[in-house]
Amino acid sequence: MTNSWTDIKNTDLVIVMGGNAAEAHPCGFKWVTEAKHHRGAKLIVVDPRFTRTASVSDYYAPIRPGTDITFLMGMIRWMIENDKVQWSYVKAFTNASFLVKEEFGWSDGLFTGYDEEKRDYDRSSWEYQLGEDGFALTDPTLQHPRCVWNLLKAHVDAYTPEMVERVCGTPKERFLKIAEMIGECSSPTKTMTSMYALGWTQHSKGSQNIRGMAMLQLILGNIGVPGGGMNALRGHSNIQGLTDIGLMSNLIPGYLNIPTEKEPDWETYMKSRQFKPLLPGQTSYWQNYSKFMVSFQKSMWGDAATAENDWAYHYLPKLDVPAYDMLRMFELMDQGKVNLYFCQGFNPLLALSNRGKNTSALSKLKLLVVMDPLQTETARFWENHGAFNDVDPSAIQTEVIELPTSCFAEDEGALVNSGRWLQWHWAAAEPPGQAKHDTWIMAQIFLRVRELYAAEGGAFPDPILNLTWPYADPSTPMPDELAREMNGTALADVTDPADPTKVLTAAGKQVKSFAELRDDGSTACGCWIYSGCFNEDGNNMARRDNSDPSGLGVHSNWAWSWPLNRRTLYNRASADLDGKPWDPERALLSWNGERWEGFDVPDIAPTAKPGEVMPFIMNPEGVSRLFSRGMMRDGPFPTHMEPFESPVQNVFNDRMRGNPVARMFESDAATLGTSDEFPFVATSYRLTEHFHYWTKHNKVNAAMQPEFFVEISEELAAEKGIQRGGKVRVWSKRGEVWAKALVTKRIKPLTCDGKTVHVVGIPLHWGFVGAAKKGWGPNSLTPAVGDANIETPEFKAFLVNIEPATGEALA
Amino acid sequence: MTMAPDLDSPRTAVANPPVQPMESNLGQGDVVRSSAGGPVAENPRDLTDVAKLIDVSKCIGCKACQTACVEWNDTHPEIGINVGIYENPLDLTPEMYTLMRFTEYDNPDTGDFEWLIRKDGCMHCVDPGCLKACPAPGAIVQYSNGIVDFISENCIGCGYCISGCPFDIPRLSPTQHVVKKCTLCSDRVAVGQGPACAKACPTQAITFGTKDDMTALAAERIEDLKSRGYDNAGLYDPQGVGGTHVMYVLHHADKPSLYSGLPDDPKISDVVEGWKGPTKPVGIAAVGLAAVGAAAMALFTRSRVTPQDEAEATELVQEEMRGSGQPDDRGTV
Repeated sequence: MTNSWTDIKNTDLVIVMGGNAAEAHPCGFKWVTEAKHHRGAKLIVVDPRFTRTASVSDYYAPIRPGTDITFLMGMIRWMIENDKVQWSYVKAFTNASFLVKEEFGWSDGLFTGYDEEKRDYDRSSWEYQLGEDGFALTDPTLQHPRCVWNLLKAHVDAYTPEMVERVCGTPKERFLKIAEMIGECSSPTKTMTSMYALGWTQHSKGSQNIRGMAMLQLILGNIGVPGGGMNALRGHSNIQGLTDIGLMSNLIPGYLNIPTEKEPDWETYMKSRQFKPLLPGQTSYWQNYSKFMVSFQKSMWGDAATAENDWAYHYLPKLDVPAYDMLRMFELMDQGKVNLYFCQGFNPLLALSNRGKNTSALSKLKLLVVMDPLQTETARFWENHGAFNDVDPSAIQTEVIELPTSCFAEDEGALVNSGRWLQWHWAAAEPPGQAKHDTWIMAQIFLRVRELYAAEGGAFPDPILNLTWPYADPSTPMPDELAREMNGTALADVTDPADPTKVLTAAGKQVKSFAELRDDGSTACGCWIYSGCFNEDGNNMARRDNSDPSGLGVHSNWAWSWPLNRRTLYNRASADLDGKPWDPERALLSWNGERWEGFDVPDIAPTAKPGEVMPFIMNPEGVSRLFSRGMMRDGPFPTHMEPFESPVQNVFNDRMRGNPVARMFESDAATLGTSDEFPFVATSYRLTEHFHYWTKHNKVNAAMQPEFFVEISEELAAEKGIQRGGKVRVWSKRGEVWAKALVTKRIKPLTCDGKTVHVVGIPLHWGFVGAAKKGWGPNSLTPAVGDANIETPEFKAFLVNIEPATGEALA
Repeated sequence: MTMAPDLDSPRTAVANPPVQPMESNLGQGDVVRSSAGGPVAENPRDLTDVAKLIDVSKCIGCKACQTACVEWNDTHPEIGINVGIYENPLDLTPEMYTLMRFTEYDNPDTGDFEWLIRKDGCMHCVDPGCLKACPAPGAIVQYSNGIVDFISENCIGCGYCISGCPFDIPRLSPTQHVVKKCTLCSDRVAVGQGPACAKACPTQAITFGTKDDMTALAAERIEDLKSRGYDNAGLYDPQGVGGTHVMYVLHHADKPSLYSGLPDDPKISDVVEGWKGPTKPVGIAAVGLAAVGAAAMALFTRSRVTPQDEAEATELVQEEMRGSGQPDDRGTV
């Protein structure tokens, strides 16, 4: 989230699209009801189904799964056409005025540079025109035909309300009504907040869905302001923490990158990361990258990381592919190229697309280790459960070891919520039976591996033998020890760059924040964005003062948020070019003539003058991007792409299937179905009664929603002769499931490109272990293709067929 | 606000309740009505009326109230089946005192579809039909704050309360042979806490406090709903049962029955009124008992009154009539 949960109470309009906040985030949703009750805020829901969020909305519109970009580009078109633009904001704080290279263009659904063979773009034309001084050329009058604003206008021109209706199936009058409601938020004193989740990410163009809304929010001037923002509702209670500390194959903590093979040495690695400003006077905060990176290396390897050895850069693995995401790992596994899979807090048998492939892949492992507080289907993938897990155990040789772990209530530590708050919590109970803390298990493994390397040498023992392991009891790293390590420590006195005689933090003390990190080896920091969470003031994450002098839900002394305890990202943009809050009623920060002051930590240097230093300090431009240059693989603007499995062809290019640059393994391409055989659009989702595949173990949750079902319209039920509560078989090119039929008015057939489109809703909470009735997850049906940028699987739009079930497939 | 010393009941479940242990502050000494002539307090404290307000316009149907109810009351609803609807369990049961009910409604006036979700459960009537119908002395009591409580040790499991309830709420446990329903968490209220459902509700669709405060909050919410085009928004506090201590804010207060059959104008059945109400002479009630019992059975299939129950109940009532010569309740409606 750019903002925080508590900030949602400041909004005038909530749009829930690409998510279902009331059902998947019921506790956070209280801030929506708060905004409605005490601020008169309105709620819009756009969703293929009339959800429980829609049940408390002011206005609802249906949409065909996987067509959000068209809706959003249509919205941007409408804003421009009807002058619902926060002009001062757009002109000052976005790259609307930047000139783009002449070669850049778009036609037939594709941007310039497409290579069909490689399924990739040459992105070199997706770039600004630069002057001789290296700065970008701009036209503040927005008259230049190559400025971003005019290119955007041309780009969205095709997305008329009629086109939205044709592609999305959203009735034109509903689209227009929503456009009017949203348009009101172009006023500097009215804001809209966007709450989204996996309904946008789980598409082969998920990142572009989110880009679309971010652009709309920028045009309305709603980023950085109270009650505004792009608010990603994270899917697990600590999934924000997971990404923050880099638990992805291509990341290290704080969104730094694992090097690639093309970056064999430190100099090459750093060269492409310390972005020089693209406009004079801008901050371009990533210029500090080396400080964070060197401090990370020092945190990892201490004295073994030296200036002479480039901070032990050679210890880091170098990726030969962009990422070893889970789709790739299971592809490799299925090819027999993986021996050991360590599965910590993850149930891929049900959580990863194309279950049949998952079973096949897991069956080819030599060893599978499952660390989990609960029994998972993955740990029992080899067990026969009839139709629910129809495998032959005698044919599976994989050895499976289960290591029971503690659950969250038995752990101490911080959970990072969607709003980036690190909230410390304490253990409420001891883990039962043989369950152990994850940290203890990892420590045991590490210490034994290190012993083996010490005894036997091995190909490259140094990174293991030299790993910093400073814990009082090496077998049990304590949560506070790990948190202090992430905060960072001064290894030598850290002095003020302006006055080297002034010691900011003495050697051996915790650094105050990442502002004190250095790239000369004098500081160590495990996760720079967390720096400040546990400094010499103590454990700031454990703070529990809920006072709020702002009245805006800032709560600065409650827990701690990254970065620097800042509650709203880009908050400098809550004030105009002179530093005056856009809305005096919701004043977060203002410029007092000398410095920024207010209720939140300014997201800019405190003395950076308004009018000179622009608010988006992480970007070398200093402003936000309506045109995202070559940063995304599938385009600098979002463009309509159909899901890989779609009932209609792409209206711009009937040869284009899905996202033209999404990675597709051959084996997976062979399992795509077409609408001839699979005429219905399916989408998957959570129900509020359950949390993923965990709560089916709980008898109370199981009683609240005991049995797998699918949701269909009354029209589809009638067409197929399906009775409410009757059994149905649902199948795709990849698999089949049996479920109860929930026949509802909440899903209505859509008309898209002249065709009637029926949607089948498939919730995801059932498996073959636990207290609830046995069932299936949607991943028995879903395709193994991911987003072009981050490989999130396309769970939200695929094709199935459905029929009344005959026989007794259900137990 | 919580249990400040000058207050006799917790005012709201929204704020943090007291965490210090405290003595129960609600009990026999506060009983103002008791079924079948059961004991009432000699000089009951005049507690402030409490109420639970259920704002259906804020309810997201998450069932947190159901799970909190199960956990607080330590009940064990069965893991059932899906029959093609969102309700689970499928109905109120002796193990499930509250239930989200879901209604799909195409609003003919606006052309819009609405999903009306209502938390069902005991309404804690000012004039409780269950208490009037109950033949077992002291099995159903009403405290002076308005809470209607079932006292299981006095319950004979006859099911007459089910017949007496205009909202079809109590459920007979076939194993424990007692009837169960929401107690408005009288055991929590007794120690300064609001009901478990209100505490668990994530959107403050369920709030708890004095009836006056809840009525005022409802007025605020109704104003908001009217501003959003719900011209018939209103408070459900039906006077046919003297008002209730569980109230609803409805978008369509002119049509309560839209919400999974919430009675438009609930009244205690004439049968029950005739049988045990204060307006009828005791003698007629006693004489007519057998016939009335049969009629009640025919009317309310859910009551599961066995012939043996019937006989026992008859005997009890007759004994009561003979013994005390008093009306079978205080008759102070």
